[in-house]
Amino acid sequence: MVATAANVSRVAGIHERSNRAAMSRGVTRSLLLAAGGLIMLYPLIWMVGSSFKPASEIFTTGNPFPGAGSGLSGYVDGWNSLGIGFWRFFLNSFVICTLCILGNLISCSLAAYAFARMNFRLRRLMFALMLGTMMLPYHVLIVPQFILFRYLHMVNTILPLVIPKFLGVDSFFIFLMVQFMRALPRELDDAAKIDGCGHWRLYLRIVLPLCKPALATTAIFTFIFTYNDFLGPLIYLSDPSQFTVSLALRSFVDTGVSGTSNYTGLLAMSTLSLLPVIGFFIAFQKLLVEGIATTGIR
Amino acid sequence: MADLSLTKPVAPHRLSRRRRSSDRAAYAFLAPWMTGFVFLTIGPMIASLYLSFTDYHLLTRPHWIGLENYLKLGDDNRYRSAVAVTLKYVFIGVPVKLAFALLVAIVLRSGVRALAVYRAAYYVPSLFGGSVAVAILWRQLFGQPGLIQQALALIHVDSQGWLTNPSTALSTLIILEVWQFGSPMIIFLAALRQIPHDLYEAAAVDGAVRLRAFWHITLPVLTPIIFFNLVLQMIGSFQAFTPSFVVSGGSGGPVDSTLFYTLYLYIEGFGRLQMGYASAMAWVLLLGIAAVTGGIFLTSRYWVYYGDS
Repeated sequence: MVATAANVSRVAGIHERSNRAAMSRGVTRSLLLAAGGLIMLYPLIWMVGSSFKPASEIFTTGNPFPGAGSGLSGYVDGWNSLGIGFWRFFLNSFVICTLCILGNLISCSLAAYAFARMNFRLRRLMFALMLGTMMLPYHVLIVPQFILFRYLHMVNTILPLVIPKFLGVDSFFIFLMVQFMRALPRELDDAAKIDGCGHWRLYLRIVLPLCKPALATTAIFTFIFTYNDFLGPLIYLSDPSQFTVSLALRSFVDTGVSGTSNYTGLLAMSTLSLLPVIGFFIAFQKLLVEGIATTGIR
Repeated sequence: MADLSLTKPVAPHRLSRRRRSSDRAAYAFLAPWMTGFVFLTIGPMIASLYLSFTDYHLLTRPHWIGLENYLKLGDDNRYRSAVAVTLKYVFIGVPVKLAFALLVAIVLRSGVRALAVYRAAYYVPSLFGGSVAVAILWRQLFGQPGLIQQALALIHVDSQGWLTNPSTALSTLIILEVWQFGSPMIIFLAALRQIPHDLYEAAAVDGAVRLRAFWHITLPVLTPIIFFNLVLQMIGSFQAFTPSFVVSGGSGGPVDSTLFYTLYLYIEGFGRLQMGYASAMAWVLLLGIAAVTGGIFLTSRYWVYYGDS
């Protein structure tokens, strides 16, 4: 339709008319985009709105905005609904996230430095192996990894969730940093070597500071992935006091099935659980968008 | 180290020693990654392959049974429905998701004010991706009681909630997948920005209409990115787990209609502790993903256009 309209105006050759067509096209486009955006965000808006409504009104209207009789009761009830305050689950999640970020930053940048700036035998082979693991489905590894961590008496601790990050298993981030480090000028190395800098000092003093954008991207995505992760904690953590936010929400659903359905509380805690990710997104939107555009991570 | 005299020609053995010491430094940098690679990747892969040929219940010793696990998969009805559900989810969800991503990226690229606002609005759902909170939200939207069910009741359509109906439950999960088209969209946007403008100007001189310019310029130039997104999203959605688990309460119901491959693997391996059987499933998944990815790679030379610079 757009094409035929353009065709007509081209044949007619009337400038004013084609201008007006372009303008109305622009308006239509904006309206469509805005409508699409609202549809995309509607579920989330509905969730936030419903978390303030009384349970009886949640499903009876599609209007997401809470009316009379609304309040914070969902948040108050939901917070303690599992017998342990939700603060505990947030704390657990943040501890795991912090350690995972630290682990990824250290192990991935070390490996990336070797791949990008050093020469050694087997470099090509190892790099190929590293790229190969990027495509490997996690599910092939969960059973034997579980057996291994069970053998090491680490089940029911956060160690199986954290240790792998210190051993550079997220090869995606190694790849990201390799790409970044390769782009740094080689002359830096030569200058540093003349000054008597070894590889360690070069890595710490020069390469790492210059890699801040790649490090930040790694940290942000590690946070989002770890925070949203469900399968890992599901397999390794069974004591409620160790639950992450994801696990806690899941058991909230389960208790809801068995008896009183506290939908307001459930939606209130779900809303709260999204806040840290939203916060990260708002704070680091530019880096996130660049990170996705250059590497293709979600 | 102290001997830096340039007059002496460097002896071959000295060269190799320097080479060896620089190798050693490199392996020091690689030590964490290599440890992880051996103990958390390659080792477990070999272990998993071995276990897939055994009967293993975690508490007893593995017992070699040859191909029995693999043969059992063929007769396992639940397994077959898990495969069917997953294939439908991947082969409907991913193309539709990419179509949306491409469409919206092109509209956004053709020039709108407040691009960043739209981009953020369309991207936010991808952020929460497989989070439990969003899966819970989906339960409340499509479940029973749920918003859709109540809305349909208002117009006197007697609906039982899409998630409780075996013939519609999977569609709601596909909708959830498509809803997250924001991240491939951002990749498309970045790629569209790279297309040189003179390509379009040349086309305009030739009198090409917008739709034809899209068909003959934009789409061919984008095929490498479409290919990249396709491979990435396929691999990702074969491994989707959280939505299936949370939405069905861990069962894959109703009537196994949302039983993802990974969920069935979890149920067998960690619910029933059939770790040998679960390992066999994991290997079939690995080979399946490899086959699909390989297939896309093979077809790529017929439809992916890598400029002829």
